[in-house]
Amino acid sequence: MSDTHAQTVAFVRETEIPQSPPPALEAGAVKWVRENLFSGIFNTVLTLLALYVVVRFAIFVFPWFYNGVWEASSRKECLDILREAGKGTGACFAVLVDRWDHLVFGFKYPQDGYWRILLAFLLLIVAAGPALFSSLPRRMLLFTAFYPFLAFWLVWGGSLWLPLTILGLIIATMLVFRLISSQIPVNIRQIVSGVIGVICGAGLAYLLFIGAQELVFIANSVGTEGMIAPIAYGVFWIMAIFAFVFCVPMGIFVGYAIYNSYEDGGLVSIVASLLFGYLAFVYLLSPIWMALNSIIPIELQAVASRDMGGFMLNMLLGTICVSLSIPLGILLALGRQSPMPLIKGVCVVFIEFIRGVPLITLLFVANVMLAYFLPPESNFDLILRVIIMITLFSSAYIAEVIRGGLAALPKGQYEAADSLGLDYGQATRLIILPQALKISIPGIVNVAVGLFKDTTLVSIISMFDLVGMIRGPIQNSTEWTSVYWEVYGFGAMLFFVVCYSISQYSQWLERQLNTSHH
Amino acid sequence: MKKSVFLGALTVAGIIAGGASAATLDEVKARGKLNCGVTTGVPGFAEPDASGVWQGFDVAVCRAVAAAVLGDGNAVEFVPTTGKTRFTALASGEIDLLARNTTWTFSRDVDLKFEFIGVNYYDGQGFMVPKELGVASAKDLDGATVCIQTGTTTELNLADFFRANSISYEPVPIETGAEAVQQYIAGACDVYTTDASALAAQRANFEDPSAHVLLPEIISKEPLGPLVRHGDNEWADISRWTLNALIAAEELGVTSVNLEELSAGTENPEINRLLGTEGELGSMLGLDAGWAKAALGVAGNYGEIFEQNIGAATPIGLARGLNAQWTDGGLIYSPPFR
Repeated sequence: MSDTHAQTVAFVRETEIPQSPPPALEAGAVKWVRENLFSGIFNTVLTLLALYVVVRFAIFVFPWFYNGVWEASSRKECLDILREAGKGTGACFAVLVDRWDHLVFGFKYPQDGYWRILLAFLLLIVAAGPALFSSLPRRMLLFTAFYPFLAFWLVWGGSLWLPLTILGLIIATMLVFRLISSQIPVNIRQIVSGVIGVICGAGLAYLLFIGAQELVFIANSVGTEGMIAPIAYGVFWIMAIFAFVFCVPMGIFVGYAIYNSYEDGGLVSIVASLLFGYLAFVYLLSPIWMALNSIIPIELQAVASRDMGGFMLNMLLGTICVSLSIPLGILLALGRQSPMPLIKGVCVVFIEFIRGVPLITLLFVANVMLAYFLPPESNFDLILRVIIMITLFSSAYIAEVIRGGLAALPKGQYEAADSLGLDYGQATRLIILPQALKISIPGIVNVAVGLFKDTTLVSIISMFDLVGMIRGPIQNSTEWTSVYWEVYGFGAMLFFVVCYSISQYSQWLERQLNTSHH
Repeated sequence: MKKSVFLGALTVAGIIAGGASAATLDEVKARGKLNCGVTTGVPGFAEPDASGVWQGFDVAVCRAVAAAVLGDGNAVEFVPTTGKTRFTALASGEIDLLARNTTWTFSRDVDLKFEFIGVNYYDGQGFMVPKELGVASAKDLDGATVCIQTGTTTELNLADFFRANSISYEPVPIETGAEAVQQYIAGACDVYTTDASALAAQRANFEDPSAHVLLPEIISKEPLGPLVRHGDNEWADISRWTLNALIAAEELGVTSVNLEELSAGTENPEINRLLGTEGELGSMLGLDAGWAKAALGVAGNYGEIFEQNIGAATPIGLARGLNAQWTDGGLIYSPPFR
């Protein structure tokens, strides 16, 4: 073959040309720039414009950062240092150094107790681990369950025996539930059901009777003068009459319903354990922990809720409220789907009411209005009130997100669960919720991130969280008035780090749970 | 059985509203701490320092009352309040005394049912403008944008002033003093108005204080004072006379330096009555004979407190002006201790 064209063609290449690099304009960074930044007139103009803005911004900001003063005791001193060094612009980061403790821990938390907060935070990572990453050993969940009690002790101080006793009573309550629901024979349970039915029926009737008297008292103290008072008077009287009329029938009805549940044990075990838990907390809690504490005192310096502050307060509120509102939200979402009209009605009214009210209003109610309703010396902690309000608020939103997930499940999933013979609890736990929650992850994370940032709203009700600390004591101190960019920038950075981590985690989790392309 | 918490609470609220919450003194003594409402921070008047201890001119009143009642100027729980939460905090009983540069007005005294126990600072609302604006009088401010804190008397005074002079303005409502200053410096408004004391204090912290001028007009009377709830006159008396003791001590020349010496007994019967070496003034209030001595022992008399926190030697740098003793031509005046 090689000499076929020997007479007709002057030259035939017999070896392959070695590979040469692509032209300089079509490779590497140059190609990327040409394709992505200068691929046309319009894009070129945009690129140059953006470049101009970025450079101007950098020229503006970089010296400010670079000249930053880290050591000074007041803003005046900062300005003097900059002036002496002949620098026109410069940040006064000294405020962060000077007030670091205040920004992070609040200005009243005892300084020798900072390690407690740090330890609680580190343990939080350990405790949250098994809940967030399924690859970690399941046994670590035991620590997660124990963590809230430990963290409470570390942050608030006092006696270790208080949270331990609470934990013990919770376990005892759960044992009572198991005992009545599955451990004792039916004929004994029948007797137990009868006794508890009588107690609860009589108790409820008595409560309604007292409530009716209270309503009459309120109606009479409201009076009938003015525009609105007669309406309130009428409403309170109608409620009172209802309570009077129905106190005995309601008692009998509920008592009988409890007695009647002796065969499957559902209702009676719930009621009995609630009753037990209530009595235990009222009558056993303080004697037990005080006795234990007098035998073996394990105490940390107690810190009042009012003394919490800084970013720690945001973390505290964020963590507690997110972890409480997700289970509550799941319950509300399931309740809203329930075929039972009473449960469904309560859930719908609750969700719609909470979603219709701004969070700041709820916080004002927690801070200001509740103070009117509670006796002056009542020991109802401000942080606890705020936690309850934020939790209720976000649980309503999470409930709606999860309801979206439930609605997105094909009806076949519910029917398949039924056809396997699973009861409601099993079907929900094993089939429905895992799928619904997977769909809901982006929405839940969205709510969680929003909630975490909303915790700064407590600064409006004069709690010194990070923002409250900046707006209040720091900017109004004689040394640091008119320091803005440094402190707010620092706050923004802290929040960004936390919120960005949460969103990265949720994206990772979505990829982990993605089962659609196997 | 458990009584309904909500209904019980309503009942309690009804009883409180009925004015039966007497004996604040007993409550404070039982608690061992005075709950005192302060601002979330106004330079010189109330601010926590770098180690977290509250300092300031209003804070000193809280400490003096705590010392008079409990014998310890540190037995105070400072409850920070905002302009919006301060009155509910006091009315609901969360705090026993509100010392939060609050202007004494008719409606706050009568309609909101509070009892102002006196005046610890006579202030007035002023205006600050950049010098380059070339304005010499507040009456030249027609059409100006004005930075103003919401929920305060200054907001209402401003409206009154501009209406009375039939000139127009555009308000820029702002939540806190620090934000207002930032907006003003950034040029979001031509004029910043608030109490003249605060204007002076904030201007002292500007990068270039000389570029801004305070206009001569003082458009309102702002008598700032501590207040308590209606309905407990004994408690109001204790607070009022503690403040008066600070003022009278300055007039009588009792200072933190010579306090010990004078409390051994002097020739001046009024000093003796004040410091408890003569007469029964303490027991009339239901306190120890040495109540005023304890109050003065915290930070000295009114003049000393003024100089320490907001006086000419501090960064705030306020002159005594209206707040000098009546003997020096000011308005600070205490009824006699007799």
